This record gives sequence, C-alpha cells and structure tokens, in this order.
Amino acid sequence: MEFLSYLISGISLGSVYAIIALGYTMVYGIAKMLNFAHGDVIMVGGYISLTAMLSMNLPPIVAVLLAMVVCTVLGVIIEGLAYKPLRSAPSLAVLITAIGVSYFLQNSALLVWGANPKSYTPVIEGAMKIFDGKLSISYISLLTMASCIVIMIVLTLFINKTQLGKAMRACSEDKGAAMLMGINVNRTISVTFAIGSALAAIAGVLLCSSYTSLMPTTGSMPGIKAFTAAVFGGIGSIPGAFLGGILLGIIESMAKAYISTQLANSIVFAVLILTLLIRPAGLLGKYVPEKV
Amino acid sequence: MKNLKKTTKQDFITYLAVILAFIAITVMGDAGMLSRSFKGQLVPICCYIVMAVSLNLTVGILGELSLGHAGFMSVGAFSGIIAAMSLQAAIPSPVLRLVIALVVGAAFAGVAGALIGIPVLRLRGDYLAIVTLAFGEIIKELINCLIVGVDSKGLHIIFNVSGAKTVNDLHMLEGGRAIIKGAQGATGTETIASFTAGFVLIMISLVIILNLVRSRSGRAIMALRDNRIAAESVGINVTKYKMMAFVTSAALAGAAGALYGLNYSNLLATKFNFNTSILVLVFVVLGGLGNIRGSIIAAAILTVLPEMLRSFADYRMLVYAIVLILVMLGTNNAQLKGLLAKIIPTKLRKEAK
Amino acid sequence: MARFKPHSVNESPLVPLPTNAYIPQRDLDKAPILEVSHLGIDFGGLTAVNDLNLTVGRTEIAGLIGPNGAGKTTVFNLLTKVYQPTRGSIMVDGIDTHSMNTAQVNRLGVARTFQNIRLFNNLSVEDNVKLGLHNSIKYSMAGGILRLPSYWKQEKVAHDRALELLSIFDMQDMADMKAGSLPYGAQRRLEIVRALGTNPGILLLDEPAAGMNPSETAELMENIIKIRDTFQIAVMLIEHDMNLVMGICEGICVLNFGKVIAKGTPAEIQENPAVIEAYLGRKKEG
Repeated sequence: MEFLSYLISGISLGSVYAIIALGYTMVYGIAKMLNFAHGDVIMVGGYISLTAMLSMNLPPIVAVLLAMVVCTVLGVIIEGLAYKPLRSAPSLAVLITAIGVSYFLQNSALLVWGANPKSYTPVIEGAMKIFDGKLSISYISLLTMASCIVIMIVLTLFINKTQLGKAMRACSEDKGAAMLMGINVNRTISVTFAIGSALAAIAGVLLCSSYTSLMPTTGSMPGIKAFTAAVFGGIGSIPGAFLGGILLGIIESMAKAYISTQLANSIVFAVLILTLLIRPAGLLGKYVPEKV
Repeated sequence: MKNLKKTTKQDFITYLAVILAFIAITVMGDAGMLSRSFKGQLVPICCYIVMAVSLNLTVGILGELSLGHAGFMSVGAFSGIIAAMSLQAAIPSPVLRLVIALVVGAAFAGVAGALIGIPVLRLRGDYLAIVTLAFGEIIKELINCLIVGVDSKGLHIIFNVSGAKTVNDLHMLEGGRAIIKGAQGATGTETIASFTAGFVLIMISLVIILNLVRSRSGRAIMALRDNRIAAESVGINVTKYKMMAFVTSAALAGAAGALYGLNYSNLLATKFNFNTSILVLVFVVLGGLGNIRGSIIAAAILTVLPEMLRSFADYRMLVYAIVLILVMLGTNNAQLKGLLAKIIPTKLRKEAK
Repeated sequence: MARFKPHSVNESPLVPLPTNAYIPQRDLDKAPILEVSHLGIDFGGLTAVNDLNLTVGRTEIAGLIGPNGAGKTTVFNLLTKVYQPTRGSIMVDGIDTHSMNTAQVNRLGVARTFQNIRLFNNLSVEDNVKLGLHNSIKYSMAGGILRLPSYWKQEKVAHDRALELLSIFDMQDMADMKAGSLPYGAQRRLEIVRALGTNPGILLLDEPAAGMNPSETAELMENIIKIRDTFQIAVMLIEHDMNLVMGICEGICVLNFGKVIAKGTPAEIQENPAVIEAYLGRKKEG
C-alpha cells in the first residue's frame, strides 16, 4: 500500500515534469535551442494564478486561464525580443541569452513579489480515500495526471492532424525547405513558444498546488529536471517527453522513499547518464549519425 | 616561424598585462587606496579568472559545451580544505600548506574529470551539455552528504546518505575536530588563501593553457573542434585529446576551487551549483570563445560589476540580466551590429581593437 | 589544352591476379597496398555496398566511378572506417584492419580527402598541414607546455616540412592564412597536402576535380601523377570527370547500386556494355 502511494505521487510529479518537458521538447525540436528560461515561465504562471486567486478573488479556473494567457503572451514576447534576432547566431549565444532571460524573470519576480516564499492555495483540495481509507490520493494528484493525459492527447492530435501542426513538423525537420514550401517559419516558431508557455503556466499551477509554496527560484529545479526528462525520453520527441517525464517522476519518488532523500536528484541524474550511454539519443529519440 | 613569433608576442602581452595589474593592485592596496569590499574580492576574482580560463579550454578550444564546471571547483575546494586542515599540525607553514592544498585540489578534480570524461565525451553537443550539468548536480549532492573530521589517528570520513548522521558519528578521539559537517559544509576553515597565491595560480594556468594551445597537442584539440571527422582521418586519437583538454580543464578548476575554499572560514557545497557553472560560462562567452585574454577581462569585470552596481540596490541583478541579453544581441545580430557600427565611429572601434 | 598525355609516366599493362583483380605489372613484385574482399555494409535494411572486391597496387592510380548514389563515397568511408563494415575484410599493407578506427587506419597508411571539404577552418594553412604531420611530430604534452628543447626542435622540423609539402601546389605563401578563408580550389589542394602529411601508402581522393574548369583539371591530373611519382604511393580517386578518370587511372572499378559491375583498364571500361547501360540507361528494344 505504501508502495502504491509512492508510485501515485511519483506519477503525479512525473505528470508535471511531462507537461513542462513537452514545452521544452517542442521548442527544442523546432528552434534547436535549450530554452533555460522555460522553468521561470512556470514560476511566473504560479505567481499570476496566486495573485488572481488571493488579491483579485477570482475562481481557480479563471486564475488558471489568466495565468495561461499571461504566460503565452510572455513566451511570445521573449521569443520575439530575445531569440528571434539570434536565429542565425551560434547556439551558445542563444543559450547565454536564454540564461539572461531566466535571470531577468527571476529578478523581476523578486522585485514584484518579494524573496520570501508565499504559501500557495491549491486549486482543489481534499483527497480521495480508497481501500477503506488505507490509500489516499489527493484530488490535485488526480487532476495533474488527468491534465497530463489530456494535454498529451490534444497535442498529439494537433501536431499530426492540423495544418499548423504539420507546419511545425516541417520546420523542425528542415527550416529552409519549409520556407520554400511557403510556410511562415517565424510565425510557426512563435506559435510553438506560445503553446510551450501556456503548458508551462498549467504546470506552474499544478506544481505549486502540490507543493503549496512559491518563490522566485521555484521554477529552476523543475525546469532542469523537465529538461532532463525531455533528453531522457529523446529530445524533440513528444511521446518521449511524456514517457521521460513520468519515468523521472517515478524514479525520483521511489529514490526519495527507499534510498535517500539527500541523493534523490543525483539518482535521477545518474539514470539519465546511464540511459544516454546506452541510447545516445534518449529512449525514443532517433540517433542521426553525421553525414560524411 | 613567423606565425609562432606573432602568437608568442600575443601571449607575452597577456602575461605582462596580468603582472602589471597584480603590481598595480598590490601597490594601491599597500597605499590604502582600495576599499575593504574590493580587497575582499581579490581572491575570488583570481579564482573566477582561473575558472574562466580553464573552462575556455573545454568550451572555446575543445568546442564542447560544459555546464558542470562548478562541480570540479567544488571537488577541488573540499579536497583542498581537507588537505590543508588535516595537515595543520604536521606542517606549520601556511604557504606550504596552501601549495599542497592546491595540488591536492587539482589532483582530485583531475581524477573526477577523468572519471566523468570517459562516459561524457562519448556524447555530442547538447547531450554532452546536459550530462555535464547532471554530473555537476551529482557532485554537489554527494559533497553535501560528506562528513569529515580529523584527530590524532588521522582522517575520519562518513557518508551521510540517510541525512541522519552528524559529526558525533565520526567517533573521533578527544581533540579531534570536524572539517566538513555534511549539509552545513566546511566550517572553521583557516583562511590561508592570499592574493599573491591567486596571482601565481593565474600565471601557472596561463602558461599551461597558452603553451598547450600552441603545441602539437593543442593543435589536435582545436582540430577536433573544427572538424572531428577530418581530425580522425589524419590519425588523431579523438578520445586521448578530448580527455587531455577535459582533465586539464578540470584540474585547473580544482586548483581554483581549493584557493576559493581556503579563502572563507565557512563554505557550503551548494555554493557550487548550476548557477556558478553558468556564471563562469557567461565569462567565457562574453570574453570570446577561445580568447584567453578575453576570459580574464570578462571574469574580472563581471565579478566586480555586481559590487559596482550596489547603488542600483535591488535592481542590480535585473540590470545584469538586461546587460547580458543586450550584449548577446548586440554582438550576434547582424542588423544590431550594423546599427552599432553607425553609432560608434569606425575610428574608435578600430582603436578599441 | 592537351598539356597532358595519358600514361606518359609509367606505361605498365594491367595483369590479372589469382584473386580476379588487376594491378599494374610494375607493382607485381610488391604486395598490394590495399586488398578488399567481400566488403559490404547495411544501413538498417538497406544494403549500401555489397560483395566488393578490390586490389590496388603499390604505385597504381585507380579510379572508382559510378552513377550518383552508387555507393562510391560509402566505399571510401568503409576503407577509412568512418563506417564499420558489416561484412568482408580490408587489408592495408597486408594488415587486417578489422575493428580498427579511422585514426588507426590512417596510421597504417590510408589518407583521404572529402567530397564536401573538411578543413580545420579556424586554423592556419600551416597548422592544417602540421596536423597532417601530427603523428610524425614527437614530443609529449609536458614537452609542449614546458617548451622543452624537443618542442623547439620538432616544431622547426614540422614547419619546414609543412612548407615543403605546401610547395607541391605552390601554396607556401598562404601558410599564415586561415584555412577557411582560402578560395575553393586552394581548399581542395590543401586537403590533399594535409593528407600527404600523414605519410600515406594510399591516398583516397573524393571528387578532387569537383568545381574545377578544364585547365585546372588538367593541372590537377599532372599533379596527381607528380604526387604518385614523388611519394611512390598509390592513389585511388572518385571522379565524375571522365577525361580525368580515363586520362590518368590505370585500373578502374565501376560501381552501381553498391555492387561492382565492371573492372578493367580505361579502354575496357569504355567498351563495357554494363557500364554504358548504368550511365546511359538500357537501349530501347528494336
């Protein structure tokens, strides 16, 4: 029963990672950049929803929608101002810019909301008890898992069935060829950032609801872990991000429960390293050797 | 030989500039012209310069992105502290102890570099970056579990996996003292680091890296960066030269870490986290990839800059972030570059070069 | 135009070997530099090269031709172990290269150039050649860092040797230029010089005349023969320029869909119906 409880909390945590990782992987797939500021968008989403619920007394669902709108706009602005001018720059320059954006978001949050952790009111409270109350699953965990599955399905349909989704896949395959086929590459990249940021907002709300605390650096560690999850599953692959996120969450939860709380992150990272040594492109990634 | 002479002259200018800066700062310090806070920053500046120069070997010269350089600094810092503190009774001279600590720090970080390099260097590009990041975090957590003390019987080390152990679990004899207390980090360290030592370490790092780059081995390392497949086709052993660059870089970071660690009486393992790695990477990128002199200047200025921005109070890190983004946009975007060229007169730019 | 006369240097008829390969008569008393037997590689389900048999004599100039996508560059990649073969064996100088990597095969004596030029673009021309000389420069990492006498002595030797090699193509004045800033033709020549620096027994040239005009091609043909005669090495080249191939190659191997469809002298190849079909397509019936 204990095991089951850890497993569920692992899947729930993994679902959050998966939602963040989906954003990471889409952006990486299309813009070929490591967007280190992605984790901080999560934090902004958390703060916006908290402010909406506490200061403006809006119902949780409206708060979530508001956070999504703000983060989407934020994501598109960041992409337009900071990343778009660097489209043809070396990848390291883009990486450093993303780090600059990350610092910017963290320090802006510090000025607006202060450095002290704020307690976050979960969007739904309470827990479901099964097996005569031996196992209790919080509603927020259920909501997180359900959201992750819904997002995964909608995103897969979007990528495979819609015009815009096809444009995205075309851009991630070959930007030049996509442009020659009349696809507006810049707009497609903007849309990708918008979707990724909206997902980050949802992840922010779910993450803060589970941990009920929020500060300007809240997003960085989940951001890094979600990135790890994306690489673990095979960066650029949507099912890979999903699988990587869930597995990482379970590994982390189990490591905390049965091995060591202190070394939980190390164990997660060690699993990533071992996986990459066996499969250099992640679990579901395709390894493309350099053409000679 | 003409080519060699030109580069030798360039290197000579770098050495001379560092020596002159050292003399100037020492003279000004003796004359009481430096603020206390600036004096306190001298050793960290030296450490960060060595960090930046050594990371430039991996990122700029070998061409592999490493996001875990702080991990090697951490290994060097804590192994250096253990060496210096456990030899306190045996070797009375602090200078000799400092030298030993730096060598120990470099050796341990070098070994860590070799252990990590074997798996990491098989990967490429962003995968290599994420794995170095992962190793950096692993090192941080492992050191966070370390409890070390010394008594008349020697070193006592335990590994606090459960998080429940304390210094008492070392079961030291009377008179024994703790050096590293797990999550509380190193406490009560005797601060034997000095600006002079920092200067010497910078000079040694420069000699090692600049001479390496101008040698047969350095050429092979740069060949791997420019075109790995072509390098293999002329018989260059990829693993050997990647390891050479990576381990040298790690060892120098370890020496820098040891110096850094012995500059503070208290030091936490969490100091050497992902953000520190990124900080050093920013020095390298802003100074110019492969440009050693640029790394020195960027590390020195950017370590002092947050102090100088004190008047901005809460806004200083925000300003730092904005400056960082603008510099990257200004140096990498063609249109912005053109705009800058119009604003800044050509003559001025030529002189600046 | 006709600055070049075919087979002007070493007229030597091809002689069949027991292995059903041909090498020039003058190389018969020496073991072949390259012996390939039953070589093949699969990518996933696709067989890119299959059952390739090839023998190249010590001082032979051999040609590897075939339509686009026939697998010619794949053969070079197999010979230099950029790809590990799925089947078959490659003997260089009588030594089996099984499980060797690219660098080890180079040290055995296989040097190459690339179809899409691969220079060390940020390094000087001289440094590019010195990288070719890498394994003949002998001083340690410590020797380089401490600038021991061995460093100065060996670097001087390497410098002189690099300029000497560059003078083959009259490029010694470009020694200080960045390789990436050279004009296209000079980049192709630099690749050959760099490959020669590794002191090879066989030089593999992947489309050396690509992008050259007829007079440049004619000069290249002379230079290939000059290199063979000066260094007494074998040369194997992939080329679409038939004037070059028919002009200087002694033995030619024709590849189509990863299989050898013909082997022989230029005259034999030109008459071979399978080759004509591969290049021009089948004649309409009737």
